[in-house]
Amino acid sequence: MARKSHVQTTINGETVEFLCESRQSLLEVLRDELHLTGAKEGCNNGNCGACSVILDGRLVNSCLVLGVETEGKSVETIEGLAEPDKLHPIQDAFLENAALQCGICTPGFIMSAKALLDSNPNPTEHEIRYWLAGNLCRCTGYDKIVKAVLDVAKASA
Amino acid sequence: MAEKKEYKVIGTRPIRHDGVDKVTGRALYGADFQMTGLLHGRVLRSPHAHARIISIDTSRAEAYPGVKGVVTAKDLPDAGDKVADLGEGAVNLKHLCDNILASDKVLYKGHAVAAVAATSPHIAEEACTLIDVEYEVLPPVLEVRQAMEADAPLLHEHLKTTSMGETADEPSNVASHIQHKLGDPEKGFAEADIVVERDFVTGTVHQGYIEPHNATAHFNQDGQLTIWCSTQGAFTVREQVAEILQYPISKIKVVPMEIGGGFGGKISVYIKPVAALLAKKTGKPVKVLMSRADVFEGTGPTPASYIRVKMGATKDGKITAAEAYLAFEAGAYPGAPVGPGAMCIFAPYSIENVVIDGYDVVVNKPKTAPYRAPGAPNAAFGSESVVDEIAEKLDIDPLEIRLLNAAKEGDRRADGPIHPRIGCIETLEATKAHPHYTAPNGKKHHGRGVASGYWFNIGLESSVTINVNSDGTINLIEGSTDIGGTRASIAMQAAEVLGIPAESVNPSVVDTNSVGYTAVTGGSRTTYATGYAAYEAAQEVKRKMIARAAKLWEVNEANVQFADGEFSCINGKEEQISFRDLCAQLGQTGGPIVGSGTVNPGGAGGAYATHVVDVVVDEETGKVEILRYTAVQDAGRAIHPSYVEGQIQGGAVQGIGWALNEEYIYNAEGTMTNASFLDYRMPTCLDLPMIDAVIVEVPNPGHPYGVRGVGEVPIVPPMAAIANAIYDAIGVRMTELPMSPDRLLKAMGKI
Repeated sequence: MARKSHVQTTINGETVEFLCESRQSLLEVLRDELHLTGAKEGCNNGNCGACSVILDGRLVNSCLVLGVETEGKSVETIEGLAEPDKLHPIQDAFLENAALQCGICTPGFIMSAKALLDSNPNPTEHEIRYWLAGNLCRCTGYDKIVKAVLDVAKASA
Repeated sequence: MAEKKEYKVIGTRPIRHDGVDKVTGRALYGADFQMTGLLHGRVLRSPHAHARIISIDTSRAEAYPGVKGVVTAKDLPDAGDKVADLGEGAVNLKHLCDNILASDKVLYKGHAVAAVAATSPHIAEEACTLIDVEYEVLPPVLEVRQAMEADAPLLHEHLKTTSMGETADEPSNVASHIQHKLGDPEKGFAEADIVVERDFVTGTVHQGYIEPHNATAHFNQDGQLTIWCSTQGAFTVREQVAEILQYPISKIKVVPMEIGGGFGGKISVYIKPVAALLAKKTGKPVKVLMSRADVFEGTGPTPASYIRVKMGATKDGKITAAEAYLAFEAGAYPGAPVGPGAMCIFAPYSIENVVIDGYDVVVNKPKTAPYRAPGAPNAAFGSESVVDEIAEKLDIDPLEIRLLNAAKEGDRRADGPIHPRIGCIETLEATKAHPHYTAPNGKKHHGRGVASGYWFNIGLESSVTINVNSDGTINLIEGSTDIGGTRASIAMQAAEVLGIPAESVNPSVVDTNSVGYTAVTGGSRTTYATGYAAYEAAQEVKRKMIARAAKLWEVNEANVQFADGEFSCINGKEEQISFRDLCAQLGQTGGPIVGSGTVNPGGAGGAYATHVVDVVVDEETGKVEILRYTAVQDAGRAIHPSYVEGQIQGGAVQGIGWALNEEYIYNAEGTMTNASFLDYRMPTCLDLPMIDAVIVEVPNPGHPYGVRGVGEVPIVPPMAAIANAIYDAIGVRMTELPMSPDRLLKAMGKI
């Protein structure tokens, strides 16, 4: 068996250390080693966005990043978004707008929406659709997801 | 029942009960399940679409470090000729087992052959490559019409066509032929001034749920088998696993985890019995996950089909006769949804003379599984395109011709049943009145299309238990897995009965040991039937609470009235107590209160939808863009309108994908060449406009609140609506799905 590497990284503001094989993706590390199962595997090749996390401020598919690559970096996942007594406004907007059905794509969509709104707090509907096109949802037809993100944008305008 | 009235909870839009868990990443789906000592399983799949298995040698895999067990079909009990009854018709047990792990033949690329349990998923995957399988490769047959030919390669040497009670002598790929006939079609066509007949072809498409199949199984030393998994129905998993493993249901517990989409595709079991076999062999819990390619290649898509539709009408637009020929690909084993297709094809219309022939045909593709209104979208693509053509040739508005012939209460469907109160006319009228339909649409290469659809919906068994809490809330125990907000829609029906807010209900979806039998979340039945069971359970709670109030006030139960969450005395005594306050006194008045409801209702009531779509066709590239989309649907009564809209929007968009992009593309050897989300192109949000969902409410007399199922019918109209819009845009009738750019360019004579 391949020897494991020791990695130190920051996840949701906390310093985290883990051991992983070189071939393990960040998604595998998050889910199987660190039990942060909010990021989901839908395709494992970067096409569905269900595993979206933010790495050093940049939106990535965690299935396309190796665990060892996160040494010294900062990872934001869905688990770090809400405050202890309060949801993040994007999470609230998803609930208010009924923007989820089965919910498997929801963490990925919320992380993608956060990355968008962090860089562009007031996007147009087209900009939202363009940005979220890397996240697949099979249940909602996207209507209520786009409306939820528009709501957050409006509230911050 | 079901009269128009004001409700306090029904029709409102509370936050769903499982919402916070799902937006914070806390909700646990099947793949998220962990337990101590877990092994990881992977499945070896056939590289051939059709081959005989000569031998399987697992010795190299078994010797690989980290491997704890390997299983093949030899580990399954002998199925013999047994026929299993799984509640949805008889199933040949050998077919069921062979689809789990192939015994003598592989019948599609991706067919499971063996499975490995190891200490890590990577080791299991590597070990799969060390299993030596010797195949005798056979020619595949990949298309329904070719499979029906006399000299086609045969998938099953013993499969013979059954046709209306008779079984043929010679083996064939045609598993069955059904026919429905009403009136005198020949006479009907003779009365027609215009007859339109066309052939249609639809591709193989997948449900495309984002969560791959998963299962974790564990055998205890006492023989108790537990399976944690994502499924549309924990009880149907229990039944299927019991049949396949020949193991008593009383020794199997299925724990439904959260489910990441199903659309009909997570009813049949694939890896659940395999995980159980591996768990048995290794004595450890084993988790088996599918990859996305496994999902495309190894789980049920919905059939490709060849359809011929002929309809005749008088010059004033009255449809006099209709004929349909439906040949559906079942995939590797019989069971295509040609029956439902035949039930639905002409159901939006009142037609006196109808004949429908349906064929269930095996081909070398994965065994098909239900997909949202299974069979109906294929069929409606044909019939709704032909209705549009008749309207155009007679110069009648496409909604007017539908209204002129609309199905109504008392009409007989071609397959027998008489329509109860239905909302076909109301949805058409609402579509006609919608501003989308009257908006201008005249630009070059812009087109507008409409189409209608029908789905019959089902009832089936549901059980609900309600436990009353001392603070005036209730815990609602149900067996329906929640794919799209049904915890809320079920809880709201109990809340309405008890006069409490939706937030005062704590719904839980529990395992098969903890609730009464409940059929699948499918058939658009959950809000209808499990909601009905919740209504019944809440009624029992109400009756028991009335008895407690009567005891408290020392009056007869008949003198206690319950309205708006308050119990009051109606025999002159000035007594009143709220539901909440009475809940606090259960201990002193006789102990806890539990209410239960069990149903198997027959009055599901059919659902109708009519969609309007505007498209623009790019003349250079052949790409069709959806500019505007309106979906109108009879929901009977929308319990939680947001989630009804969500079903309508989601179904419409799956239909848009089916119409424009989605298909399994095969090479000559029978390998799917686009088994990824990159190449099997489902709609993204950039491909779409907002979807305007319009809810019509014609209450269903078969439900206390008038609920009709809403989940399935929205996928029925889109393909024909878009084809009709394309015709309006460029003057070409598209008869093959998907209407992808290459097909558009061909149709326009550009390539």
